[in-house]
Amino acid sequence: MATTEAAPAAKVGAIPSFEVTVRIRRYDPERDSAPHWEDYKVQVHGTDRILDALHKVKWEQDGSLTFRRSCAHGVCGSDAMRINGVNRLACKSLLKDLDPSKPITVEPIKGLPVEKDLVVDMEPFFQSYREVMPFLITSGHEPTKERLQSAHDRERFDDTTKCILCAACTSSCPVFWTDGQYFGPAAIVNAHRFIFDSRDEGADLRLEVLNDREGVWRCRTTFNCSEACPRGIQITKAIAEVKQALLTRKV
Amino acid sequence: MTAVQSTPGPSDAIDAPRSPYRRSKPTRTNFELYAWLFMRMSGVLLVVLVLGHLFINLMLGDGIHQVDFAFVAGKWASPFWKVWDLAMLWLAMLHGTNGVRTIINDYAERNGTRFWLKMGLYAAFTLTVVLGTLVIFTFDPCPIGADPALLPEFCPAR
Repeated sequence: MATTEAAPAAKVGAIPSFEVTVRIRRYDPERDSAPHWEDYKVQVHGTDRILDALHKVKWEQDGSLTFRRSCAHGVCGSDAMRINGVNRLACKSLLKDLDPSKPITVEPIKGLPVEKDLVVDMEPFFQSYREVMPFLITSGHEPTKERLQSAHDRERFDDTTKCILCAACTSSCPVFWTDGQYFGPAAIVNAHRFIFDSRDEGADLRLEVLNDREGVWRCRTTFNCSEACPRGIQITKAIAEVKQALLTRKV
Repeated sequence: MTAVQSTPGPSDAIDAPRSPYRRSKPTRTNFELYAWLFMRMSGVLLVVLVLGHLFINLMLGDGIHQVDFAFVAGKWASPFWKVWDLAMLWLAMLHGTNGVRTIINDYAERNGTRFWLKMGLYAAFTLTVVLGTLVIFTFDPCPIGADPALLPEFCPAR
């Protein structure tokens, strides 16, 4: 972000520079009674991401714009938002992949209470995450060395270890949008990560939790979650595997 | 885990779309599991039953032109077709009702709306199933005083 918007494109080298309109869903609980759209014109480079455009708006045009971001490299999962109608990480979506001739809409993720601008209350999301007990459950003596696991056993749940808890999946789920009672894809993915871990002994407990009225059986396999996941986790497949484990009572 | 954490601040203004967050009571039954399994199994059975029903009624013999009172009465004189039609009625009604129940759960946002929509659904289900079952079991293929030309061949009036 060293270059300013005044820098001509030639100085940047081969990277093209263009102007985009970012249409942001703004909401200030102390001033507004309802959220509204606001347009910002920013000069960006072809290599920029939505997050860079949001930074430009915040740093150069309107300092009151509020959004979460930490690592800015797709690892921390802070900046999930609804970009052009789909859930994405702002730090992982390049502006050149979106149509710059039309305004790019940026909204908070759906289904969670909006606190300010793009910041939502993540508590409902983390509450259902905590309910599936996302920690190792064992019995017996603590081993003096590490708990060993074969490469094959590790492979079984490898996909679901990638979750960064950004809530892009859960807030893309139409079942979650209705009343927020559904556990949601993220909680099921993180339950899956321990249910199919050979070192863990709490699979039955977690399966019992997910057998709930609001558990895996509310999944309608719309694949919104798999599509939204910035880590490419096959979420719908993981949910189907949990359903299978519940039906056969076998992990 | 039971305490509901709420965010400090002007909470009155932060109400969209829902706040404070409360999870509904956990259920400790296998009902949703069996409902899910039933949908898969009854679906497969219904494909066989419904396609078989359509084939027998509309393809074999004279096709659609053969379907009249005598045809239906002739079919329902056999216990095989009674069981077939009864199975079709019950499975289709349970399958459809469970499907609509799911849709109500997914789309109704308030508990009250959800409750009354489901009550209406269950009432419609009960009415249809009771009436249908009653018709299949109490059906008289040879009603007294009917036009003999309309009756099936095995009736004494004919």
